[in-house]
Amino acid sequence: MSDSTASPVLRKTALNAVHRASKSKMVDFGGWDMPVDCCGLIAEHMAVRTAVGVFDVSHMGDIQFRGPGSLAAVQKLCMNDASKLAVGQAQYSAMLYPNGTFVDDVVVHKLSDNDYLIVINAGTREKDVAWVRQVIGGMPGVHMNDYSDHYTQLAIQGPRAAETLQKLTSTDLSTIKNYWFTWGQVCGLHNVMIARTGYTGEDGFEIYIPSDEATSARVWGEVLEAGKEFDILPCGLGARNTLRLEAGMALYGHEISDSINVFEAGLGRYAKLDNESKGDFVGRDALVKIQADGGPKRKLVGLEMIERGIGRDGYPVFSLDGRRIGEITSGSPSPFLKKNIAMAYVPVELAAVDTEVAVEIRGQMVKARVVALPFYKRAKKST
Amino acid sequence: MAYPAGYRYTKEHEWIDMDGAAGAVGITDYAQDSLGDIVFVDLPKVGDAVEAGKTFGSVESVKAVSDLFAPVSGTVTAVNDALKDKPELINTDANTTWLIKVSLGDAKQLDGLLSAADYEKFIAEETGH
Repeated sequence: MSDSTASPVLRKTALNAVHRASKSKMVDFGGWDMPVDCCGLIAEHMAVRTAVGVFDVSHMGDIQFRGPGSLAAVQKLCMNDASKLAVGQAQYSAMLYPNGTFVDDVVVHKLSDNDYLIVINAGTREKDVAWVRQVIGGMPGVHMNDYSDHYTQLAIQGPRAAETLQKLTSTDLSTIKNYWFTWGQVCGLHNVMIARTGYTGEDGFEIYIPSDEATSARVWGEVLEAGKEFDILPCGLGARNTLRLEAGMALYGHEISDSINVFEAGLGRYAKLDNESKGDFVGRDALVKIQADGGPKRKLVGLEMIERGIGRDGYPVFSLDGRRIGEITSGSPSPFLKKNIAMAYVPVELAAVDTEVAVEIRGQMVKARVVALPFYKRAKKST
Repeated sequence: MAYPAGYRYTKEHEWIDMDGAAGAVGITDYAQDSLGDIVFVDLPKVGDAVEAGKTFGSVESVKAVSDLFAPVSGTVTAVNDALKDKPELINTDANTTWLIKVSLGDAKQLDGLLSAADYEKFIAEETGH
């Protein structure tokens, strides 16, 4: 069992004292002292699936690009086509190495003409910033700023997230579509960015507030109070992981990394290779070549354990005739589906749905079945 | 957090509660709390031998898997089958939810285990509180 005591070198969000005072279990996540479990992972997970939960995701990084060359910079850095964005719109994208593997996956927000914000992962912040400087160095008319420490980022997620947040803002949240954002007053703070984004597979919002401790703690408290009637729970990274896994979303260092390319990860639809408006970007040539050569040799699939056992991160996957064919990238019991699920890379010829494979779990071969991703998809609202 | 005074403990966070020549084995409240929501327990069968300090099974929470270490050497005389469907009973009450019962060859084995007070001291040192 690991020691939960924080090492002094760990970085802290502005809500660290709040988490520690509330007896959340803390872990080192990519160098950050973060809550993994606030009030029971399963309870938190179910709160988000059925009502509402709130996460401190201030460890995420934020890079802003300004100037007449900002669109060109984003277009060169990221694989999706940012020219398609309207002001107030966001898109899932990724920064790639020249060989088509991942620097990081990102969400690009168009703040205004000549002003873009990309939200990056916590564990890759320094690497990402260095990469951005290297790629856009010498590009004219763009100014880049790392605003990662300027915001406390809260994710309010779940079917009652809108009702919860609506109590705290005069902005009509029903006017914000999925993957759009606006600015409004939240908890008396002006000009707060309110985005209908998240990493849970549920409806929800991410808000960006000033990162001083007093403001952060006050807003955190007001969100919990606003969600009380829905039995809101503060949620940790444990639930964040199981929620995104059920939703089939990639996590850097697991499903995506510098040794996995876009097509293997099943994210080809976000890589715009042929749009005239997109043009060239870092990694494009490699992706074109991979496609011309017949596509990827391995593929990310969903697995569902058939026999008793939990496949976890790093466990090897075998064909039924005993060949080692791949590895689980993320695996866990699914609190909502009540099955043991995993994502894994396997050769394309063994990637078809219903293919049976075996996962080696602590020396024993346990059968699993390839299933379609995502494992969980929320029902579309009829209204 | 209360650790029953009559039990003996291991540094791997198991307890044993003796009743005659056999003892019930469980994991401590500290262990269940550290693991979080327990969803899976893998236990030996009645008649299997367990060896002090060696693994006899595992317990898994949503986020982690943890080996179970036998506090004593002996033979498994009973397995708590209720845990197959309700492993969360361990979270509810770790102090009374036993996993297996073991008949001891030699009762002197217990001397090497921690008392409740020693175990509490050990946890305090381990967690730095």
